[in-house]
Amino acid sequence: MKRSTIDLWVGIFVTIGFGAIVFLALKVGNLTSLNAAPSYRLEARFDNIGGLKLRAPVKAAGVVVGRVAAVRLDPKTYEAIVALNVDNGYEFSKDTIASILTSGLLGEVYIGLNAGGDPQMLASGEQIAKTQSAIVLEKLISQFMFDKASSGVSK
Amino acid sequence: MSLSTIAGGLRRIGAGTRQAISRIGFAARFFVAVILHTPAAIRRIQLTLREVYFAGVLSLVVIMVSGLFVGMVLGLQGFDTLNRYGAGDSLGIFVGLSLVRELGPVVAGLLFASRAGSAITAEIGLMKTTEQLSAMEMMAVDPLARIIAPRFWGGVISMPLLAALFSVTGVFGAYLVGVRLIGVDNGTFWGNMQAGIDFWPDVTNGIIKSFVFGIAVSLIAVFEGFDAKPTAEGVSSATTRTVVGGSLAILALDFVLTVFMFRGVGE
Repeated sequence: MKRSTIDLWVGIFVTIGFGAIVFLALKVGNLTSLNAAPSYRLEARFDNIGGLKLRAPVKAAGVVVGRVAAVRLDPKTYEAIVALNVDNGYEFSKDTIASILTSGLLGEVYIGLNAGGDPQMLASGEQIAKTQSAIVLEKLISQFMFDKASSGVSK
Repeated sequence: MSLSTIAGGLRRIGAGTRQAISRIGFAARFFVAVILHTPAAIRRIQLTLREVYFAGVLSLVVIMVSGLFVGMVLGLQGFDTLNRYGAGDSLGIFVGLSLVRELGPVVAGLLFASRAGSAITAEIGLMKTTEQLSAMEMMAVDPLARIIAPRFWGGVISMPLLAALFSVTGVFGAYLVGVRLIGVDNGTFWGNMQAGIDFWPDVTNGIIKSFVFGIAVSLIAVFEGFDAKPTAEGVSSATTRTVVGGSLAILALDFVLTVFMFRGVGE
């Protein structure tokens, strides 16, 4: 086979090969999450984070505004400290409530932010004062059963 | 009598083990030599491109057709299973993740080992049998630079591209079956896929895997060819060893790489 023909075919092969990688990046995966928007860091303390995972979404009114960056345990108070990366475009008031929620019964765990009415906004590195821990389903059920049982005795 | 048979058996085991270990040693030395001859493969880029043509371009048809069929089967089977749990809409992410993470690199690697690896081994083995390699050495042409390194790098370059093409045709096959045939919503299919698959780490992990498989298969192919007994039988058994060893190496490496890549997933 002639050299120029081989070059042509190899060129076509390499082009569609890289085209496939670009397709995987843009159409199959979401490359946008690679170069995420610039963000600032907030912290929140929870008694129990349930099944919260790293990179879980942070949502306000259902819109994703950030991601969970780190989770660690405060060795003194035994509370979980969750670091959130919130996109720079969004600001939240000082009295924002952060709660750990689950989308659906078996869905992913995320952090919901409910903005309050305070005119002062949370700055980078600050802590969200008001938090609501994850609702552990087993606890809820056992509480319910316990209530039922005790009310049955009193009757 | 019995003592001498035991001694003979032990001697055979010992000799076999020694032979196997020295083969591994030779393979490692050979690998280093091939890597050291990389500049030769770059300097004679025309030779390397020729090997990309033989290893990559000529494997295109088998890779793309298999990718299409694997994707279509994944679409059917995945939809059937997911739909039992009312999760038929998640077909996109199921198909995308299995292809990008596992099936793309692994199945493309297996096909590559049998389509291109065997051809490389047979070619080099036959060159050795017909004493072309010795003739080159006589003419002060280093066979490692002229024959081995271009074939090795041709395979290494081709493999990630073939794996990516396999994944893409697979996704397309699943799209044909899932969306066109079964009737999963088009937007749900692509939307779920994009929401669930990240370029980093999912797609990049697949590319890293296919790159590693490319190195492993190409190395085994050129090594078996170079190490083949210079007889017709030797070449045929070397070709078999390339396909079997290459496939096993891919599957074993896949497990090891997966363990490393998904170590942090459970956190």
